Amino acid sequence: MQLRPMPKIDADSAPFWAGTAEGELRVQRCRQCQQPRFYPRLLCPKCWSDDAEWVVTSGVGTIYSYSVVHRSPWEALADEVPYVVALVDLDDGVRLFTTITDDPDLVRIGSRVQVSFRKLSPDVSLPVFSLTADA
Amino acid sequence: MSPSALRNRVAIAGVGESRVGKVPDRTGLGLAAEAAKLAVADAGIEWQDIDGLLTAYSLTEPYFMLGSVMCEYLGIQPRYAASMVVGGATPGVMLHHAAMAIATGACSCVLIVIGENRRTGQSRDEAVAALTAVGHPNFESPYGPLIPALYGLVAQRRMHEYGTTPEELASVAVTFRYHASLNPAAQMRDIITVRDVLESRMIAEPLHMLDCCLISDAGGALIVTSADRARDLARRPVYLRGIGETHTHEHVMMARDVIRTGAVESSRIAYEMAGIAPADANVAMLYDCFTVVPIIEIEELGFVQPGEGGAFFAAGHARLGGQLPVNTHGGMLSHAHAGAAGGLFGIVEASRQLRNECGVRQVPGADMAVVHVEGGILSSHCTMVLSNSL
Repeated sequence: MQLRPMPKIDADSAPFWAGTAEGELRVQRCRQCQQPRFYPRLLCPKCWSDDAEWVVTSGVGTIYSYSVVHRSPWEALADEVPYVVALVDLDDGVRLFTTITDDPDLVRIGSRVQVSFRKLSPDVSLPVFSLTADA
Repeated sequence: MSPSALRNRVAIAGVGESRVGKVPDRTGLGLAAEAAKLAVADAGIEWQDIDGLLTAYSLTEPYFMLGSVMCEYLGIQPRYAASMVVGGATPGVMLHHAAMAIATGACSCVLIVIGENRRTGQSRDEAVAALTAVGHPNFESPYGPLIPALYGLVAQRRMHEYGTTPEELASVAVTFRYHASLNPAAQMRDIITVRDVLESRMIAEPLHMLDCCLISDAGGALIVTSADRARDLARRPVYLRGIGETHTHEHVMMARDVIRTGAVESSRIAYEMAGIAPADANVAMLYDCFTVVPIIEIEELGFVQPGEGGAFFAAGHARLGGQLPVNTHGGMLSHAHAGAAGGLFGIVEASRQLRNECGVRQVPGADMAVVHVEGGILSSHCTMVLSNSL
């Protein structure tokens, strides 16, 4: 059994993971209707165009909701409890599932957060968020 | 088909449920077979009468073609069979498919059967796999959410927007445990209090252990046939008067709004088909994987106004004797939960209520039941309207 669930880099997501490895949070944007989208996929969910470009986001957003995990089934994460999982609405118009690296007691819905990257393997850097100074 | 094409075309002619809880002397398939045998006997049909079979999925016995395996295990060769995977919504979706198959003449008598031994049949690795099955493998699971945390996101947002309290969440578990205390078949029957829930171990904030459904060995089954045929069988028919589905997303990060769900639309479709209003129902079975879910559902299905669900449960209106008794069997929080079988027991209990067989937990005069199931993280929804007359 693996110590923690690892993302699989695939044809849809390779540019995303290439970005995180370089310290950039990239999402797709439809070239037809300009709709940004996450997670990465072939067609725009608004106009179904397959013509998309990758854009670098601001990496700044707002906590939409969160939960604090007190029991983890994964060996690599068991020592990290309690840890936060959260939904973050980026200012760039997409929602991400992520973690907030701060003390769980400080986390609130509506708090402003900024991305950073946690290297899990040579290929995979996971985007994580922390409260901004003005939060 | 027109919206009313399925109204009262089929009926549930028989129901069955296995022993639930810890049942180490049964495999998942064995639990399913135990329930199927009871349902066949309940309907008063012969095994040879079954010409359709629908089953769900199993994490403990992950056969590639579970529908075909179920037929093989039971020794039947139907002309209509499949396994379906819509998470907790599966039993509702199966009933919908069975109704369409019977209404179009594809078959005449469908056995819907689900069994899984999640309590005693899982290794630790399998249990972890089960906990990760719902999260997106690449964009959610790497952050280590277990299913309670995915619903914790829902509960937290609900509390933020509506001021829903931990006590209100707890009152849902307390209500269903009271009902389970009246049900000899239920897995957990000891009365609990709001304080018991709040003092139980925190799993994923704001959800405590007693805010979370059980993990059970359990199997359930339904015999579904045409309304005409059901009238000649052993039991009073339970007519499928209306049914509706809505599928909005699968992963919680893709929900447009985690506390405004497809249940609004699935119930609207079901009520329109049935030609009823929510107030016409006198008992409801609501999917209750976590305490926050029935609070959202009772609003979205139109029984109370938005924001009033928590107070409705806290005031005892969902208890037997209250305005609208909910989950009179104890629900998945206290009766049993084993994969797709969890929601099936809501259909079984609704059928028994409409057949006036529930003894001390009978809702007097119950003649119209609403059942709602959902899968994923409030992702796929199915609402059913059942009644004991046309």
